[in-house]
Amino acid sequence: MCGIVGLFAKSPEIEARLGVHLAAMLEQMSSRGPDSAGVAVYRDPAPTGWSKLTLYSHEDDCDWAAVAGGLAEAFGGVEESVLRAKHVVFAVECEAAAAEAWVHAIHPELRVMSAGKVIEIYKEVGRPEQFVQEFRLHEFQGTHALGHTRMATESRVTTEGSHPFSTGLDLCLVHNGSLSNHNTLRRALRREGIEFQTENDTEVAAGYLAWRLREGASLEQALEGCLDDLDGFYTFAVGTADGFAVLRDPIACKPAVLAETDDWVAMSSEWRSIAVLPGAAEARMWEPEPGVVYVWEKAPVA
Amino acid sequence: MTTAEETAVEVVDLATTPLRELNQRLHDLAGAPGPRHWRVLNPSGAHAIACGIDAEIEVEIEGHAGYYCAGMNKLATVRVHGNASTGLAENIMSGTVVVEGNASQSVAATGRGGLVVVNGDASSRCGISMKGVDIVVRGSVGHMSAFMAQTGRLVVCGNAGDALGDSIYEARLYVRGKVAGLGADCIEKELRDEHVAELRELLDRAGVEGVQAEDFRRYGSARQLYTFKIDNVGAY
Repeated sequence: MCGIVGLFAKSPEIEARLGVHLAAMLEQMSSRGPDSAGVAVYRDPAPTGWSKLTLYSHEDDCDWAAVAGGLAEAFGGVEESVLRAKHVVFAVECEAAAAEAWVHAIHPELRVMSAGKVIEIYKEVGRPEQFVQEFRLHEFQGTHALGHTRMATESRVTTEGSHPFSTGLDLCLVHNGSLSNHNTLRRALRREGIEFQTENDTEVAAGYLAWRLREGASLEQALEGCLDDLDGFYTFAVGTADGFAVLRDPIACKPAVLAETDDWVAMSSEWRSIAVLPGAAEARMWEPEPGVVYVWEKAPVA
Repeated sequence: MTTAEETAVEVVDLATTPLRELNQRLHDLAGAPGPRHWRVLNPSGAHAIACGIDAEIEVEIEGHAGYYCAGMNKLATVRVHGNASTGLAENIMSGTVVVEGNASQSVAATGRGGLVVVNGDASSRCGISMKGVDIVVRGSVGHMSAFMAQTGRLVVCGNAGDALGDSIYEARLYVRGKVAGLGADCIEKELRDEHVAELRELLDRAGVEGVQAEDFRRYGSARQLYTFKIDNVGAY
């Protein structure tokens, strides 16, 4: 089943309370996905010349200070954020790709959940209500965010199998549905040098987008490519540094609702999680059409 | 004679009253006395609101409804002052269900009787497998509408999406705007006087104004699929 939510702030008031609203939306989607939950929050841009990584450790007693020390030695400036349930965000004075490569080489036991200038990804198994508390979602301010609640069908319930999946720098994907040609596509994408960490179908969709973007496609073109190359059911929400995009497969069995006011744009699997937003009763609301790419963007981050 | 109870409006706030309690109270009205007019506040997209009513009552839902609103409805008039999610009035038996806004997919799926009115747009699979229900959509309907529609009438004042009436049986489809494409075995048919009269009556009952019955086109079954061939009758 799975639930998807997305929230894009159009006013400073919504930005200031982005996490509070995101938490309320995610909790409403608990019955659609009680196995695990995850969010991508776009917030707190790294200064010029810096980038951000969200790192995850399986161990409760990971020596994060040592990781920070290693990054500082390699790159100079490092800022470590507070620990949120085995996730830590590091701001590093270098390109994101360089920092990511360093983590893979020096700390292969750590998982890079996200990399970029603004994105932070947090995800974990367990009920969404619990996730919201453990990760202190209400503390987050930011410009926009995506969230996912998972009811697993295609692969195991693990932290890595939870959504969002990072698809490249500042990009992420959440998915409601299931893909049937993911094994074939994964093999094809591996030959193109795209790396996969799980047997999960959604990770293949994320890898597909990363590959198309790497080959020069715009986000819109990459999503339109999904219509030809992915076989299965899907409603996708894709987060970018500047906004988010929504796509449903041409058969459109998987639900999606969009709503907009002067203060926000929201998408969700169901109206229930939009109803909790301020001014929802007066919002313009519609159902995205099958096979049509919808995009909302802010002015690009400098 | 009407009692005070029958004329009063019973207000139920779903922000404070559990949905099961509301539905149970509505079910208890089958063949029994009790309030005839209900207002439901703060529906907030909850599923299965006012499902399974079997009583001649009126229910006003003040906001957006979730999945399967007014499902299996008998006799009652249910009005949603907002939008409705998937499966509005699924398997409706009789009575009337009205949505002021848009409705998501599978409106009145398998509906056997009664009238369903969507004043905005309906999404895909509107009237899928309809078996006698009448559906009037003021706006447009999405793809695969009236799929395997058996009997009843679907009236669309706007446009219809792809594969309209795929594998249709005896239902009659009326569309005023463009049809993106017809499904297997669905063809356009002549709009005769009896159809115009039927349309007028349906539009009138649905409270649709400013729409001329003569502007519609009629679609129905070509009766060419396997099920319609006499040679295949032994297979059933």
